[in-house]
Amino acid sequence: MTIDILWILFIVSNFFLLGSSRLHTYIRVISLQGFLLSVLPWFSEGPVSGHIVAMSLINGSTKGILFPWLLSQAIRRAEVRREIEPFIGYGSSLFIGLLGLLTSFWIGNRLIPPTATSVFTAAMALFTLFVGLFLIMSRRKAITQALGYLVMENGISILGMALLQHDPVVVELGILLDAFAAIFVMGIIMFHINQEFDHMDTDRLNQLKD
Amino acid sequence: MILLWTSLVLMIFSGGLSLFRRHPSSPRWSVAGLVTACLIGIVPAVHSLWTGASSETRLPWNIPGGACHLGIDPLTAFFLIPIFLLSSLAAVYGLEYLQGKQPVSWFFYGLLVAAMVVTVSARNGILFLMGWEIMTLSSFFLVTAEHEKREARQAGWTYLVAAHIGTAFLLVLFLLLSRSSGSMDFDSFKGLSPSETAPAWLLFVCAVIGFGTKAGFMPLHIWLPEAHPAAPSHVSAVMSGVMIKTGIYGLLRFLFYLGAPSPWWGWTFIGIGLTSGVIGVLFALAQHDLKRLLAYHSVENIGIIALGMGVGFLGLSGGSTPLAVLGFGGAVLHVLNHALFKGLLFLGAGAVLHSTHTKDIDHLGGLLKKMPWTGISFLVGAVAISGLPPFNGFISEFMIYLGCFKGLSPVHPSTGPLIAAMTGLALIGGLAAACFSKAFGIVFLGEPRSAHAAGAHEVGMPMKFPMMFLAGGCLLIGIFPTLALRAIKHPLAQLIPNLAVTLNDDLSMAERALSMISWSAGALIGLILLFALGYRLFWRGRRGGSAPTWDCGYAFPSARMQYTASSFAQPLTDLFSPLLRSEQIGSPGKDLFPKDSHLVTETPDVFWKEFYRPVLHRIQNLLARGRILQHGRLQLYVFYIVITLIAVFLLEMRNP
Repeated sequence: MTIDILWILFIVSNFFLLGSSRLHTYIRVISLQGFLLSVLPWFSEGPVSGHIVAMSLINGSTKGILFPWLLSQAIRRAEVRREIEPFIGYGSSLFIGLLGLLTSFWIGNRLIPPTATSVFTAAMALFTLFVGLFLIMSRRKAITQALGYLVMENGISILGMALLQHDPVVVELGILLDAFAAIFVMGIIMFHINQEFDHMDTDRLNQLKD
Repeated sequence: MILLWTSLVLMIFSGGLSLFRRHPSSPRWSVAGLVTACLIGIVPAVHSLWTGASSETRLPWNIPGGACHLGIDPLTAFFLIPIFLLSSLAAVYGLEYLQGKQPVSWFFYGLLVAAMVVTVSARNGILFLMGWEIMTLSSFFLVTAEHEKREARQAGWTYLVAAHIGTAFLLVLFLLLSRSSGSMDFDSFKGLSPSETAPAWLLFVCAVIGFGTKAGFMPLHIWLPEAHPAAPSHVSAVMSGVMIKTGIYGLLRFLFYLGAPSPWWGWTFIGIGLTSGVIGVLFALAQHDLKRLLAYHSVENIGIIALGMGVGFLGLSGGSTPLAVLGFGGAVLHVLNHALFKGLLFLGAGAVLHSTHTKDIDHLGGLLKKMPWTGISFLVGAVAISGLPPFNGFISEFMIYLGCFKGLSPVHPSTGPLIAAMTGLALIGGLAAACFSKAFGIVFLGEPRSAHAAGAHEVGMPMKFPMMFLAGGCLLIGIFPTLALRAIKHPLAQLIPNLAVTLNDDLSMAERALSMISWSAGALIGLILLFALGYRLFWRGRRGGSAPTWDCGYAFPSARMQYTASSFAQPLTDLFSPLLRSEQIGSPGKDLFPKDSHLVTETPDVFWKEFYRPVLHRIQNLLARGRILQHGRLQLYVFYIVITLIAVFLLEMRNP
């Protein structure tokens, strides 16, 4: 039962991301998602083992603290506060998010057999994945896209938990390393985009195509 | 086998040396290593060829379907020997040719030789394809060695695309072959019945297109006249002399896995051989670029090999041993011979290019006096490639002729193709002789046509020696055909085991005929030499003067009034003009009192112009419509991914 509360928090946080425009809010929400993610392994089957503790700690410290800190640094340096003029407005984003939630529930349980822990794991994973991808698609600023990428990674983490219940450590660590490298690179790139073009609107980068 | 492994490792290592040691002397070390590796590797090959023994080793390897399985049997050994021989000679040659430029090219050179060795000795499909691909890629980098030139880049791309289309067919071939047994080992291909895998015709077509692209069968040859001129000359020699023969090797090895040959295999090969041979030599006749001319001759010689194989397949399907033995024997022997004389000719062309900095035949002339060794070696190669005794080209072509004659009978259905093969071979031989009298005559005889040619000088020992060595090889095989027939005995016995009983009889029959002709040709040459010597002795001490050629009373003859490459070949190119479609720019003066006029003829490849270019343009235009998808908007790219993801999910849900 308690795990359902976690899922509700996930859903709410995802909608929050879809509906807000302030970058600081984004980062706080993503930090919250990171903490939620770090709590998730405690609900898995069986006794609490060493690796669950380790994973929880690593997840919490990186996704809950380190990445948000890195991103807020990037925001400060790039001096942007808001995501203005998204391609898809906040109201429509919320509505599409709702459709995404429905689809995720519909697909999730058919695609991946429900786990013993919770029937919603797969649906949640797909929904978070969808929100992350949607943020990348519909927002203009490079930083929002980095945030969307993080949300997507969260979704993949949940999916890993749903698919590989017994030995997810390797997968988890792989994803973390991935995300870490990505955030690092994105931070640098965003800084340079900002320096170079005085803005970081990715839709204007299409002049760089061959 | 341990020697082969040592050779491979040493080869890659010494090639790699040039990557790390940026020192002027590092190419010398690389070449020394390469030559040593080749000498080591040639030992087991000669052993296997001479005794007919075969050996193989397997090493553990973690690749799905792959196994590190190398082996030497007579067929492999027969291809290994020219690879090692020509590669080491060309490496020595390249040392002077490159003059320390492009040190990195030695890395790719080592890799190319090693890949060729792996390709012909692999006993596993995956390993074979890996060797094949490394061979393609390393030679691509060698072709584009002078990448600052636009034509080199263009040639490289053409080559790369053509080679990969070929590889795609090979991949299909291997997948089909391994379908029933699930193993990519060649041992498991043996004794497959086509019904278990795929229809034999499908496998046959895949093999012919896949291997034929590398070998340069006519409609698939378009990369050859581009890539050979662009590569450094010693690389052209290796590519034309031995690399394209890996295609022939592949055909010889894999077609025999496909069960009993049908007569139409033979007809197909004779058709391919006639097309490649006749059209190849015609296009060679129309070229002005010496290396491009030689490249077209490679197509022609591959055509002769295909003719031999066609005759052999006709013999196999009709159960006629002499036909099979002489056909395949001629084809296999021509592989060796072509490696010798085409290697020699490319090295000779390279020496000319090195010394005069031009490969345009019309800018050369009179080089025989300035570069006697190069000239004589080139002449030997030219006579050999025209199939004249007493050189080696004659031996293999004569075997194919002999096979055709043996197979003639008024009732047999294969008589028609055999007559076609014979007449085609005769036409090819005649045109080749015409082409090389043009090439040799314009380049080496007469007066220099430009300052480049006038300033020519003989090349140094590292370049002279390989040419003389190869010329010696051509003469050796020509005078002692017994030696060559001994060399092809075991490979033939391996190819056609059930006909091996009468193999020796057929070969000795060929041998008798051959040695008679060779000896009489040798005697003729001896007589001429004797006569020349006597002439010399007679004229010694009595000086004749030297005077300009009589010029019909014209007062100011110049070197530009000599025959040019186009004018020399004009009677023949005019005859075949519907096929060649030469482009003529400008016109010769027609008035009674000639004014300034100029004339340029160009003969671009007719397949490229009439077939590939329009087709590729179509494809490009078609694909260009897809470019609206590439708009540079990141958001939409992610959108594509999402759409694909959802589609995959839905698809997955549909099938339970």
